[in-house]
Amino acid sequence: MKLYEHTAAELSRLLQAKEVSSVDVVHSFLERIGLFDPHLKAFITPTPLMALDTAAEVDNRRMRKEKMHPLAGVPVAVKDNISTRDLRTTCASRVLENYVPPYDATVIGNLRNAGMPLLGKTNMDEFAMGSSTENSAFFPTRNPWDLSRVPGGSSGGSAVAVSTAMAPLALGSDTGGSIRQPASFCGVTGLRPTYGRVSRYGLIAFASSLDQIGTLTLTALDCAFLMNLIAGYDPLDSTSLPQDEPDYTDCTDPEVKGLRVGVIKQNVSAGFDREVTDAVLKAASLLEKNRAEVTEVSLPLTDYGLGAYYLIAPSEASSNLGRYDGVRYGYSAEGSSVEAMFSRTRGEGFGSEVKRRIMIGTYALSAGYYDAYYLQAMKVRTLIRHDYEAVFKNFDLLIGASSPTPAFKIGEKTADPLQMYLSDVCNITDSLAGVPSLSVPAGIHSSGLPMGMQLTASPLREKLLLKVASFFEQERDPLSLRPQLELSEGGSP
Amino acid sequence: MKYEVVIGLEIHLELQTQSKLFCGCSTAFGREPNTNCCPLCLGLPGSLPVFNRKAIELAVTAALALNSSIQLKSRFDRKNYFYPDLPKAYQVSQYDQPLARGGCLEIEFEGSRKHVNLERIHLEEEAGKLIHAGDSILGADYTLVDYNRAGIPLLEIVTTPELCSGREARLFLEDLRLVLLYCGVSDCKMEEGSLRCDANISLRSTGSRELGTKAEVKNMNSFRSVEQALDYEAERQEAILSAGDSVIQETCHWDEEKKVTVPLRGKEGSSDYRYFPEPDLLPLVLQSSFVESLAAALPELPYERRLRLQEQYQLAKKEAFLLTENRELGDFFESVARQYEDYRSLINWVQGDLLYQLHESGKHAKEIEPRLLIELLLLVDKGIINRPVAKDLLTEMIKTGESPQKMVQERGIEQISGRDKLLPIVEQVVNENPEAVKNFHRGKKKALAFLVGKVMASTGGRADPNELNQLLKEKLIKKRTGGRMKD
Repeated sequence: MKLYEHTAAELSRLLQAKEVSSVDVVHSFLERIGLFDPHLKAFITPTPLMALDTAAEVDNRRMRKEKMHPLAGVPVAVKDNISTRDLRTTCASRVLENYVPPYDATVIGNLRNAGMPLLGKTNMDEFAMGSSTENSAFFPTRNPWDLSRVPGGSSGGSAVAVSTAMAPLALGSDTGGSIRQPASFCGVTGLRPTYGRVSRYGLIAFASSLDQIGTLTLTALDCAFLMNLIAGYDPLDSTSLPQDEPDYTDCTDPEVKGLRVGVIKQNVSAGFDREVTDAVLKAASLLEKNRAEVTEVSLPLTDYGLGAYYLIAPSEASSNLGRYDGVRYGYSAEGSSVEAMFSRTRGEGFGSEVKRRIMIGTYALSAGYYDAYYLQAMKVRTLIRHDYEAVFKNFDLLIGASSPTPAFKIGEKTADPLQMYLSDVCNITDSLAGVPSLSVPAGIHSSGLPMGMQLTASPLREKLLLKVASFFEQERDPLSLRPQLELSEGGSP
Repeated sequence: MKYEVVIGLEIHLELQTQSKLFCGCSTAFGREPNTNCCPLCLGLPGSLPVFNRKAIELAVTAALALNSSIQLKSRFDRKNYFYPDLPKAYQVSQYDQPLARGGCLEIEFEGSRKHVNLERIHLEEEAGKLIHAGDSILGADYTLVDYNRAGIPLLEIVTTPELCSGREARLFLEDLRLVLLYCGVSDCKMEEGSLRCDANISLRSTGSRELGTKAEVKNMNSFRSVEQALDYEAERQEAILSAGDSVIQETCHWDEEKKVTVPLRGKEGSSDYRYFPEPDLLPLVLQSSFVESLAAALPELPYERRLRLQEQYQLAKKEAFLLTENRELGDFFESVARQYEDYRSLINWVQGDLLYQLHESGKHAKEIEPRLLIELLLLVDKGIINRPVAKDLLTEMIKTGESPQKMVQERGIEQISGRDKLLPIVEQVVNENPEAVKNFHRGKKKALAFLVGKVMASTGGRADPNELNQLLKEKLIKKRTGGRMKD
């Protein structure tokens, strides 16, 4: 077995047993990146030298018998909206194309302290606005299962890196499905933790009340390792949760007996791809077979969720993105007046989807419209939260599809923003409610594409989600769920 | 038609904290531009705000001192607009759920008392500072931005529109400043911008209840300019209304040089700030015990002190005002008064020679040791030195901090008193100045003063003035009777 084929948990074991060096591990992944990334374009900024430096340092420290973090020497890829000190962080936008943060996000500090080599910054939809990674200002990322298809988004680069073994682990961010939907399109495990569980400090804001950093991994256990490192209270983030974090790795006991499971009616909808729905129902019956109590549950407000989301998120975005004015950092256009400089900078620096959302948000917050749009959407959000609180009195776990269809074609939805927005329909209510939500592989579609299933629990019950994910892994070995990438003579897969 | 003026004030106050409202950066004034800055101050992507507990304490203290009702739950909102001094393109402020509502301050205006009511008090963050190269905004070649100030905690205090002249507005501001100084929440320096005031001013026909069209006046950089600007603006509006025209709602700048208000063009007249709740902060929830402990720790406030001073030391109202407005002087007075009981004499020295000498020497009352004044006063009371000498010693004492007791001993400047010592000198002076003696007898009062001066001159000013007067009169009257008998 090649080093890059291992899970992060296995790499951790091998490194701790000194059977392999971190430099070897990093080389193995860098080689994969060198082979495949020119075709897949998962990385905006690969950082091979930095990764090797960290790896060598970790190896030295291990030789000196220093006490090391379990993930020391295990490399990681990071979405390019998470601030990295002295390393450009673009948010896949022209406006930040040459922006180099002078500080690390809290999660990056965690990775550095643990000694995890950073393989690079991954591609995404500009400012995390999108569901296909086609909105990157630089280039689209391709789905490794079918190069004519999108990897999902906005954390498309991170999902592709993990699914193709260009990285064993990756960080992404999820505002309205940006981890879970690409995880399902690429056949990996993607966790959106409870809002506030992982510090947002240093995550470039899209919609502050919804943004959450999370993980893209091959297995539930790998996710648990990464969560052990990044979850927890951060005094620098006022919205971070003060509760102590558990040991997530204690999640491999696959017992589901007695678990009260609700299949969300709206997320196995008749309008969805039939095979996707069937995959979810099959998983539900597997749970039932193992003596979980499975019933159907309706979350009727789901229908309003998408509308509320597409008012709240753009409203916050219109304010969060105001700072890109060319005065202090980032792209700056000349202008005959301050106002001209502002509008040219923003007109040239932002892509069309970002502009669309800034305009929607500006409109929704304007005097005379605020009550009808923003305020109304916030009321819907409150009702959705109440809905969830009520449901979780009777259920431990909710399941449904991660996305109505497997990955769609590049260009298929770019002309129709509403169709694009609908591709997050399964993910958005969990985001609005702030609950933890995980996408796990649910089998292969007849088209050869992976499908995903979304598991949702009440706040702070990430471990339950990981446990159930482990249960499904017993049935379907994640290592076997890799896209078949073969290099032809010319170097194309 | 007669008009009455209606003025409402919006006061911004920089709170005296060590660090900024939402980050740990220093608030120190006058540092190298853009050095008191972190990712948050510069609006870098990914930065997040965290409450500064001290700023909240100061804000609550100020609100309590102004009788404003503290809201145990308040919220922060974003006020969105584009300007180069605003690093995030929004200001974190409080919109519809402020920290405190209502409140009032009592002022004395032309002999009568007036309650000025407050609308609300809230916390927000300061913006950066633009420095224009050139004379004006319009003529500048380029503009520099300093974000050192960005994020300093600001308290906004809004009055109801019920002040009715520039003078009244000024008095209100001066009293407000005093209250806030006593609370220790701000240094309240209008000239340095730590206290700023904007005003809404309109006219209405006397007796009417409806408000007229208002103008907003900005850029008033001293208490005096507040008074001047508002009086000017009231006259301007009156002239417009009297001519049958109507006032246009606008924002204007006070031009300190030309003493006129100038409409500010180019800035949006009615901006839509698109306020919405700041998602990066949780609502601010205060424990009532926290508020109670701050209320218990409130210092004595100016009006309380005024009343107490009048009562405790039997001071006149004017004297109590002086000692309250000049807080240091008041503190000095009180620390002397703890050990010196002739309050009347003390206040006369303090408001007279002491205050004058402090001004002359540029010193502050807190630099003077109370025990020195006590020494000086006791020297006078015991008749060891006379008042004129005491004045000279006071001047030196303030300048050098030297003990009056020591100065007296070293220089031999004790008062000359007692018949034995003074009579020979008096006799000598009377004999040497027959012309003055004649004049005295002709009823010229100045002659006595002349002779007193002569005695003082020959004693180096040390003669006991009371005794000297007594002796001199005695001697002159004797001389006159004696003369007649001789003639």
